[in-house]
Amino acid sequence: MKDAAIVSPEMPDVRLDQIVKLAIMAVGGQGGGVLTDWIVDLAEGNGYAVQATSVAGVAQRTGATIYYVEMLPQSGRLPVLALAPAEGDVDILIAAEMMEAGRAIMRGFVTPDRTTLIASSHRALAISEKIAPGMGLADSDAVRKAAGESARRVIIFDMETIAREAGSVISASLFGALAGSGTLPFPSEAYRETIRASGRGVGASLKAFDMALAAAAGEDAMPVGNLEDAPAPGGILPLSATPVDAEHEPGRIVGPDRLLRDWQALIARVAALPGHVAAIADLGLRKLVDYQDAAYGAAYLDRIDGLLRQDRAAGGAAKEFAFTATAAKYLANAMAYDDILRVADLKTRQGRHARISDEMRATEGTLVQVTEYFHPGAAEAISIMPRRLGLWVEGRAGLVRGLDRIVNRGQRLRTDRLATFLALYAIAGLRRWRRGLLRHDREMAHIDGWLDVALGRLPSDYRHAVETLKVRRLIKGYSDTHARGLSKFQRVMAGAELVTGRDDAADWTARLVAAALADPKGAALDGALQTIRSFTTAGSA
Amino acid sequence: MAERSFKKEVEQLRIGAGDIFRGEGILAITKALLENGVGYVGGYQGAPISHLMDVLADAEELMAELGIRFEANASEAAAAAMLAASVHYPIRGAVTFKSTVGTNVASDALANLASGGVTGGALIIVGEDYGEGSSIMQERSHAFAMKSQIWLLDPRPNLPSITDAVRHGFALSEASNTPVMLQVRIRCCHVHGAFTARDNQRPPLTVRDALSNPRRDTNRIVLPPASFRHEQEKIHTRWPAAVDYITTHGLNEVFGPDEARVGIVLQGGMYNAVIRALQRLGLADVYGDTDVPLYCLNVTYPLVDAEFLAFCGGKDAVLIVEEGQPDYIEQALRAVLNKAGHGIKVSGKGVLPMAGEYTGQVMLDGIESFLRQYADDMLADRARAPNRPGPVPDLTRVVPGRPPGFCTGCPERPIFAAMKLVEEELGPHQISADIGCHLFSIMPPFELGGTTMGYGLGPASNAAFDGGGERRPISIMGDGGFWHNGLSSSIGNAVFNKSDGVTIIVDNYYSAATGGQDILSSRAGNPTKQTQNPISRALKGVGVGWVRQVDRTYDVSRMRKVLKEALTTDHAGPKVIVASSECMLNRERREKPLLAQAIKDGRRVARPKFGVDEEICTGDHACMRLSGCPSLTLKMPDDALRDDPVAHIDQTCVGCGNCGEVADAAVLCPSFYQADLVHNPSRFEIGNARWQRRAIDWLQNRRAGKRLARETVR
Repeated sequence: MKDAAIVSPEMPDVRLDQIVKLAIMAVGGQGGGVLTDWIVDLAEGNGYAVQATSVAGVAQRTGATIYYVEMLPQSGRLPVLALAPAEGDVDILIAAEMMEAGRAIMRGFVTPDRTTLIASSHRALAISEKIAPGMGLADSDAVRKAAGESARRVIIFDMETIAREAGSVISASLFGALAGSGTLPFPSEAYRETIRASGRGVGASLKAFDMALAAAAGEDAMPVGNLEDAPAPGGILPLSATPVDAEHEPGRIVGPDRLLRDWQALIARVAALPGHVAAIADLGLRKLVDYQDAAYGAAYLDRIDGLLRQDRAAGGAAKEFAFTATAAKYLANAMAYDDILRVADLKTRQGRHARISDEMRATEGTLVQVTEYFHPGAAEAISIMPRRLGLWVEGRAGLVRGLDRIVNRGQRLRTDRLATFLALYAIAGLRRWRRGLLRHDREMAHIDGWLDVALGRLPSDYRHAVETLKVRRLIKGYSDTHARGLSKFQRVMAGAELVTGRDDAADWTARLVAAALADPKGAALDGALQTIRSFTTAGSA
Repeated sequence: MAERSFKKEVEQLRIGAGDIFRGEGILAITKALLENGVGYVGGYQGAPISHLMDVLADAEELMAELGIRFEANASEAAAAAMLAASVHYPIRGAVTFKSTVGTNVASDALANLASGGVTGGALIIVGEDYGEGSSIMQERSHAFAMKSQIWLLDPRPNLPSITDAVRHGFALSEASNTPVMLQVRIRCCHVHGAFTARDNQRPPLTVRDALSNPRRDTNRIVLPPASFRHEQEKIHTRWPAAVDYITTHGLNEVFGPDEARVGIVLQGGMYNAVIRALQRLGLADVYGDTDVPLYCLNVTYPLVDAEFLAFCGGKDAVLIVEEGQPDYIEQALRAVLNKAGHGIKVSGKGVLPMAGEYTGQVMLDGIESFLRQYADDMLADRARAPNRPGPVPDLTRVVPGRPPGFCTGCPERPIFAAMKLVEEELGPHQISADIGCHLFSIMPPFELGGTTMGYGLGPASNAAFDGGGERRPISIMGDGGFWHNGLSSSIGNAVFNKSDGVTIIVDNYYSAATGGQDILSSRAGNPTKQTQNPISRALKGVGVGWVRQVDRTYDVSRMRKVLKEALTTDHAGPKVIVASSECMLNRERREKPLLAQAIKDGRRVARPKFGVDEEICTGDHACMRLSGCPSLTLKMPDDALRDDPVAHIDQTCVGCGNCGEVADAAVLCPSFYQADLVHNPSRFEIGNARWQRRAIDWLQNRRAGKRLARETVR
């Protein structure tokens, strides 16, 4: 007990600062346990007394989990170490995912006086982010900023991708980033030894370790580059697995020469448009030519020209023709409506099978058998009938029911088999007659109605006209989903009508769109509409 | 076979005297049991002591060598009842379970055990599931110790202390003929540390030997008049004996200087947190040598009045650090002081919060404000005017919550997807949930289930609705809960009362939530247990007339059909659906090596995986609202004209098929596809695929030659 004398109130034990406090925040299943074991072995193997704890329990099941390690150079006696991280008292915080870094910051585990934050910038999306009908992704940039403010030192890059490229898992790249950070007094070789001793997937682990080590130590420009880059919305999401090979640029339009001549003519027309409009019209054009044909693209550009004329008349030039630009975007999406023909076309396209094989990491000599999940209904069947026939059938409820009995069943189609491929290929072939089909009629009528309303608002309220165009965003999906989208569209358009004439009409319409995207059933939208009615009708009463 | 194997660690259990043991707390406890000649062990899994059960199971061979009987009990009640072997026989027994939920279940047996008392040491190792990471209601085991008069050990959370606690626990139990409860907190169970081992001991009397010469003593049986004598014994014999053992063996520890104006009384489990706070205040060094005297209660029940009064001697004030509520210890100690007419000032709940975990910050603030009040001069200037970290950036509106949920490919997901679809058709129902992974159904995206009353009590908690009504009540229960208690308390109850309700039994082949331990209905063979007892047979056995067995839960359309039938059939009496598919976590662990081997051996293996055609997905996320699978996620489309992220299936997909099934059953969209990777295909397969591929290529080229199109499709 006499050693206690060495501790005088004015001066806390200097050895306290030698205690390294390290916390790991991970998502259940990310292998935080493996990383913890490595760190323990590493420290014990290098003359440190180590204590590690974790909170397992059901949190392991995809929930947020936390592991905690404390270490101190070994002396004769056992030190007394804490079993849980404390606010403002963590030296190294390893976050195995971007939002977990945010959680660590929120919990006060990251402080400017002492904490080195090592975080992977990739995202593992929470369910709340996924189920929003619109854009529900959390803002990684906000976390990045907060990290800059709260940490003593920040090391953030995509450690998940590094691990995957190395054929390993993130624990290995996190271990490498820890080594690269130089926050622990151990040589990187000691880390490698630890991995070798653990004996599972050593080769891949070491590869991921070294890549991450280099990145963290700043020798490798690639991942550290992410530090400066503004991250994509929602941060670094799972990479699109689309094969990216040099001589294929995704947007490029290909085809027989005679058709390519028509294409050149269209491109020339786009070039003539005002810069901001041209950029979007170019994308729209590619989309629609790919969707149907050159003539369809021309029709699109004709509409753009018409819109641009009225935009100019409404003084759009001063506003970079925001109206036409917005229209160019949503008109392209509207004209490329999702129907069976398009689905069949995309499913039977050249290069798809190669893409899938690549996505599935199919090795040489393995067969890739592709099964499509279809579930058509009478509505779909009618939509691809010629206009007259479609209307005639629609008029007869009994006939529709009968038709539904025939077509309405789940179909599993093996598109790697010739017979089933042919069936889809034939449906895709109907594309040629698309303009004569009932669905096309409906879509075009809908587009006209929508644009007319927007154009009507153009002279009086430019911003509201633009927001009106954006309501088109609500229409997406197939069958029920599509119907739900349509009804939301109509309700928002009705709401927009009510506020027309007010100074804040544009803001209200934008709000309505946001509300419509807030939940599937449209509860938020109903609320917003209620509010609008309350003050619009109150005004009239 | 459990989720985590300790086969490697278990080898360490053989080391002898003087060797250094390194590992987790639970492993150390197991070693300590062997060192102290335990004769039989049992328990029921559940965090934080699930791994203790797994360790014991993996150590069965070693225990057999030592003549120790291991039992994976059917429930905590069964485990506690097993301690009956120590009533008449001088055999040491230990059981373990999660507390307080496990202790709730066990309390009938525990009360009877405590009343009659024990001859051989009886140790109940409870994993105190309190604070961060806990999955249960926040209560204390302390209450059970007090009500049945079972001694409660709460050792300092380091391996030497826990293992000592095991040793003294047995001795204390024998010295006072009272069962002893050893409480280990979540982090203590998983703490990695080291201690010096002793030799393993064969039990002096094994349970086998005991069977050769049975004993009985009517005075130990809980029935009048003995039961009244038991109560007197508890007070007049056993309690004093316990206090005597605790003092003579110094189970409670005192640290720090003998002379001081203030002191701290703490539960052993709080020791490290208290020391860390004192370290941060400059009042303790790294080895825990402290300027503030500490009275560390490694035994929190019974309390030793004399020790406590001696500690208070010459002090102005004492702080009582007791985590959780009610504040039993503080109340008791205040009473002691009051009876003794002692004038010392007492702080406790007040400077420290009445409810909630004592985290580092809470402890620091509490002890600091205590010292400021009674010993301000001890605080260094830094601590007196501490530079608190600045305000934490507010990310509450940015960072999404991440509650636990169904794993990738979980077979329970499609069950609830089907349920959601049925509700869209027939409207919402009264749904009672149960304990187990399936309880995640209460959270998004499913949000099904309104109550959970206990393990195997899902259907029982719908009993009030058994009479039926416009819509039938639905209850959910796991296979774990079914065998734990559900067969009688829930199913038997429903049959006897002619319930009109519908019950879904989620059969995933294991006690999955607790770590994938085997149970009666597990499909796998188990060398030491009898598995493969179908739930449906048990149901018919207790008289359920309407039973439907679904052998592939991923068939969402079928699940929906069966569920709808159950809700609409005119059959009288309970309707029970057994929805069976193997826990994907365990299945993957079981199959992965086998498949890898098969592929290496050149055998044909087809592995399904799922994908999404990005351009066909319209980004409505309807599929997400019926799934929530971790591998079904989002990405921004490469099409700059689109506003919303689209569905994407990442590399972790295990090809369970839920995506496609849901897209089909809910008539969502055709963007999902299944890709079966066929390894080592037969020659015929290759040829067959090749000519069809050629034909398809020809068709595609033909069309590509007649149209304009983007070079790549997504």
